[in-house]
Formats: sequence, structure tokens, C-alpha cells
Amino acid sequence: MVLMFVTQVQATTLTIASYPNFDAAIRAAIPRYEKLHPDITIRLVSLSFYDHHNAMTSALATGAGLPDIMGLEQSFIGRFANSGGLEALSAPPYNALQYQQLFVPYTMVQAQNDRGELFAMPADIGPGSLFYRSDLLAKAGVVLDDMTKTWDSFIDAGVKLKQKAIYLVANASDLKDIYIRIGLKPGEGIYFNQAGETLVRTERFVRAFTLAKQVRDLGLDARLQIWSNEWAEAIRRGRVATQMTGAWFAGHLSSWIAPESSGIWRVHQLPEHSYASWGGSFYAIPKAAAHKSAAWDFIRFMTLDQSMQQEAFEKLDAFPALLSAQQTPHMAASINYLGQQQARLIWKDAAANMPVIIAYKYDAMAAEVVRKQMDLVLDNNKNITEALEDAERQIRHKVRR
Amino acid sequence: MQQKLDSKKYSALRKAKWIPYIYLSPFIVLFIIFGLYPMLFSAWISLHSWELGSPFHQMEWLGLTNFEYVLTDEWFYHALYNTLWLSLAAGIPQHLVALPLAALLFRMTSQKRHILLCFYFLPFITSSVAISLVFGSLFSRDFGLLNQLLAGLHDLELAGIQPLSWLFPEQAIDWQDSSHIRWVIAFVVFWRYVGWNTLLYLSAMKTIPSELFDAARLDGAGFWQQLRYVTLPMLRPMILLALTLSIIGNFQLFEEPFILTAGTGGSGQAGQTLAMYLYATAFSEGDFATASATAWLLFIILFTLCNLIRRINQKDYL
Repeated sequence: MVLMFVTQVQATTLTIASYPNFDAAIRAAIPRYEKLHPDITIRLVSLSFYDHHNAMTSALATGAGLPDIMGLEQSFIGRFANSGGLEALSAPPYNALQYQQLFVPYTMVQAQNDRGELFAMPADIGPGSLFYRSDLLAKAGVVLDDMTKTWDSFIDAGVKLKQKAIYLVANASDLKDIYIRIGLKPGEGIYFNQAGETLVRTERFVRAFTLAKQVRDLGLDARLQIWSNEWAEAIRRGRVATQMTGAWFAGHLSSWIAPESSGIWRVHQLPEHSYASWGGSFYAIPKAAAHKSAAWDFIRFMTLDQSMQQEAFEKLDAFPALLSAQQTPHMAASINYLGQQQARLIWKDAAANMPVIIAYKYDAMAAEVVRKQMDLVLDNNKNITEALEDAERQIRHKVRR
Repeated sequence: MQQKLDSKKYSALRKAKWIPYIYLSPFIVLFIIFGLYPMLFSAWISLHSWELGSPFHQMEWLGLTNFEYVLTDEWFYHALYNTLWLSLAAGIPQHLVALPLAALLFRMTSQKRHILLCFYFLPFITSSVAISLVFGSLFSRDFGLLNQLLAGLHDLELAGIQPLSWLFPEQAIDWQDSSHIRWVIAFVVFWRYVGWNTLLYLSAMKTIPSELFDAARLDGAGFWQQLRYVTLPMLRPMILLALTLSIIGNFQLFEEPFILTAGTGGSGQAGQTLAMYLYATAFSEGDFATASATAWLLFIILFTLCNLIRRINQKDYL
């Protein structure tokens, strides 16, 4: 590929803004990259997850303090991709869509706007799975295959667990979060279709809300918010039997949430052959970046170089978005914490089956509206139909501004 | 010669005219850059449609559409209601406790007073993040100290019976749910600012002539009578100032509810304040123009309330 950039003769300082632990991959790559490119010096600016994304939002809004490369997490990508402040990587001289078939199918679409333009390159992915405590399931006499057959059987297993004073899930709304991602028609996002119409009153949302409400009414959830201290404590003490989340959760479990529970946690695909992704990291170039050519070169190095992706996978457990990087013995290696389970193969399978979901500009806002209505259904017994009608009305109002 | 001297004097006087401005200039320059410019810019963008990341020249004039949007957004009213609720629930007890507390401290020896005041003032100078995290743990449903205390009182056995079981709940209270979260936030805010108000009132009390208290004592006035007939009337300007500061502070309430509800506003956004609504509009929805319009509406509300207090003061209602 011929890039139509002006060659830079002077030493270039490439500024990269990122967040933990995504920054670890960059930090690890710096010595090798600088050795390969003696004319480039990399300056990594890392802030905490929310501070980083807030800082990038402000930088894009004001046009000041923009880095050459910004790391972005999947939940922010829809809004940033539609902001107009990022370089369209699908356009020349990048023409990045030519690499689409090299990546896990669903990941690149996440960084595209509704016109199909690409604004960020995927680095790692977060295929989701069901984490479960094998000892707690055994204690309640729950058979895993029966439990994961359908969502109804998942709830039935929760009833058995409750008899042993164990919660099925941390929060009933987890079921809603997954179910709304299932069975999307081509061109549909989670909350909007291609015509920009809201989908929150479809059967998908009704069923998602109903499942969550059923779990709450049966007393099967611990009513805990993920990442709260109480949630971590409940997981540590074995009060919650399952957690549906991304592959990276294994690292959190083994490092700080429940290191003493080594060997009793396992993973399985989500109930009813569902596939959902939690997170994923991307690199983007702001339109106002000073060194776009060098930035693109570095992004290619981090995302298209098989050895770099494999190194991040092996050392940092960053699940590679690049398909060729998944062809490594590390993929089939058993994980000690998960009772020697070959869990990465399960996540690889989940990634391969993940539905392609188009990100729309107002997704984050719609998610917040739906979350609020879900809370009202779960905590205040609001009627589901009424809640979804209200959600639709609120989303329409917010989109119309 | 005299003419020369006069001319020198005149020139020195002319220079002297500029000297105050030169001394003031560091503040004025910094105020223009960091105070006035952002304020005017915020007013300007509140009247435009501005896509995040697009250059300023692509801004589209909308007039008052952003204000109209906010004023027809039910979330705005929900946040306004929460803010008003918290202002009253956290604000009124602050002053009802701070006033008698200051009067009590005023009667103490200065050594005792300083030690106690330090303790009351400590929450005000402690990081709000640390405070919110500590209270988050105290109010934890399953592992919090408060629920353990309530459960202990419920289960307390005396001569084979549980005399307090009817008074205290059997189940652990979920302080994060929509019916409790506002009380938790109000309590934290009250606890944090009661010391600050006590200090304000105590400072004002020190300016009251001691002869007035002596005269009241000679007339047989006790603690409460002195408070009612001497201290309160003399403190009126300070009470109005403290109320104004409380209103401004409570309407800008952000850190405590934000951390206690993990940034979400809690279940059903029952703890979302106006400042959190503004923050969510800017940083979650990426709409800085509407967020700016919200900020100006917040300013108008505060300006009106403060003006109301000023008028009350002028009309001698208190």
C-alpha cells in the first residue's frame, strides 16, 4: 500500500493517550517500535478509564490537547465514531477496510458509523461467557448443561440455588443486558434500526425485561451493582453462583476479587446459545492529530502485526482481535485458576459466533434510558409495557434535539 | 522651576492612576481567561448545535432550542426535584443544628471551643471522595456497619424476649434503592457541612457585643432565651449569608451523590442531581451545547433564589 504522506525528516514525538490495562500493551511495545523506528519517540499519557474518556471527550470538543493516537473502549466507540472528530480510517490514505477479513467479524463493525465509515482499529476483544462456581452448582444439584439449555432452565437452576441460600446472578438486569443483544435483524443496532427508529418496544426488549423481572420476583438475584464493593465481597464469599461477563473477568477474579477461589470457577457459553461481547479496545486518530502518518504506522504495528498481538495475548491476556494471532498454542493452554479448563477455546468460539451489531450514535443515551426504566420495573414494580413506552418516548425526545 | 515641578507632579499623578490597574491586572487577566471567557463561550454554545469534535465554524445557530429541549425533558425535572429535595433535607438540619451548636461553643472556654470546633470542621476539609467511599461502606447492605447495628438491635434479647424487634427491621435495608438513596446522600451532606455552618455562626457571634448578653442575663434570660432574643436577631446577616451559601452549594451538589451512586444516579436515578444531569449530558451523551444550556438554567434558578433571600433580608421578614 502506498501512503500519500509527507516523509518526516525530523525526530517525531508520537503522543498516545490510553488507559489501564490497555496501556500495558503499548508500554510493552514501545522499546521494540522505537528500535525499529529510531526517528520516532513515543510519549504515552495514561489516565484512569473514565478520566481518559472524559479527557478525550473534552479534547475533541475543544480541539485542544489532542493526542496523535487515542485508545478507546468499546462502550465509547459509537459516540466517538459519530463525533466527526476522528479520521475516517476507511478513506484514503488508510483504506483500512481492506483488512476487515483479518479480524474477528463483529469487531470492526463496532467502530463504524451508520454510513459504514470506519473510525478506529480493533486491538483486543472481550467475548462474553458464563462464569460459574462449579462447587456451588454441585451443592445445589444443578447440572450445567440443563442450566444453560434455555433462559427458562437458567431461571429454574436459580430456584434450586436459592434453596441453598445462593444467588443465581448478582443483578437481574444482567439478563436484560444480554437478551437485548440476541436475535438482531441485519442492519439493526441494539436500540435503533437503520432508519433511526427506536426498537425498544420490540418483542426482544419485552422478553428481556420479563426475564429480568422474573429473576427479581423469584428472589434469585443479589441486587448488587457490578464492581461495587458489596458485589466483589459477595463473589468472594460464594454468595453468587454465576457472572455473565467478558473473558477478561478471569484476570480480575484471580488477581483481586477471589484469588483464594482458584480451581472452583469455570466458564461456559451463555444460556440458550447466546453470544455477547463485553468490551474491546480500539485505536483512533483524531482529525487534528499532528503526526497522522506516524500514528497510522504505529496503529498498524499494534493491530496488524501478528507477533505483537500474540505478545499482548500471552503476557497481558488481551484477547486478540486479529484472527491470525489466535493461532497460537496459548489459545489451547489450560488455565490454572479455572480448574485447568481450556477456557480460551470457549471464548474463541464465542468470538467467532458473535453477532455483528451496528453501533449508533445515540446508543449510550438509549442504554441509560432503558437502564432507568429497568430499575423502575425491578424496584418499583412498574408495568413492563408502560416502561418500554416511556423509554421510547424519552429516547425520541432526546434524539430529536 | 515651579512649572517643572508641577509637570512632574502631574505626570506622577497620571502614572499613579494606572498603578491600581497594574496591581489588579494579574487577577483581571486570569479572570478573563479562566472565568469570563468560558462563561461567555458556554452562553454562546448553548445557543448552537455543536457536534462533538467538529470545528467551531460548523456550529449551527439554534436560538433557544437547547433551552426548550431541557425545559421539556422530564429527566431535567426529575433531577431538579432531587436537587430541591436534597437541598431541604440536607440544608435545613444543617442550620438547625449549627446555630445552637455555635451558641454552645460560644459559651465554652476558648481552649475547649477550639478543640471541639476542629472536630466539627474536620469533615469539611476531608476529601469528599474519601467521605463518600467511607459512607458507602457504612451503608453497605450486606456488609455495612449500620445494617449490622440495626440487626443487632432487632435481635437483642432480654429475659428471653426481643423487646426491640418491632422497632428495628429484620431484613437488611438496601440503602442504595430509590426510597433510601436520597436520605443517605442528605445525611452525608448534612454531616459534612454542619461544621462549616457552625464556624460561620460562631465567627458572627464573636462580633456581638458582650454587654447584650450581660444585660440579658441580668434580666434572667436562660440559654434558649438568649439565643432567641439576642443571638438570632444579631446573627441575621450571617444567617442569610449561610443560607445563600447552602443554597448555592446544594444546587451544585455533585461529588457525594456521584460517588455514592457510582455515577449512575442510583436506582431509577433517584439520587441524580442537576449537576449530575449536566455532567451526563456533556460527557455521556457528548452534547456540550445542551449541557451549557442546562448550566445557564441552573444559574438562573440560583440567581432567582439568592435574590429572593436578599429581598427577604431587605424587607426585614426575619
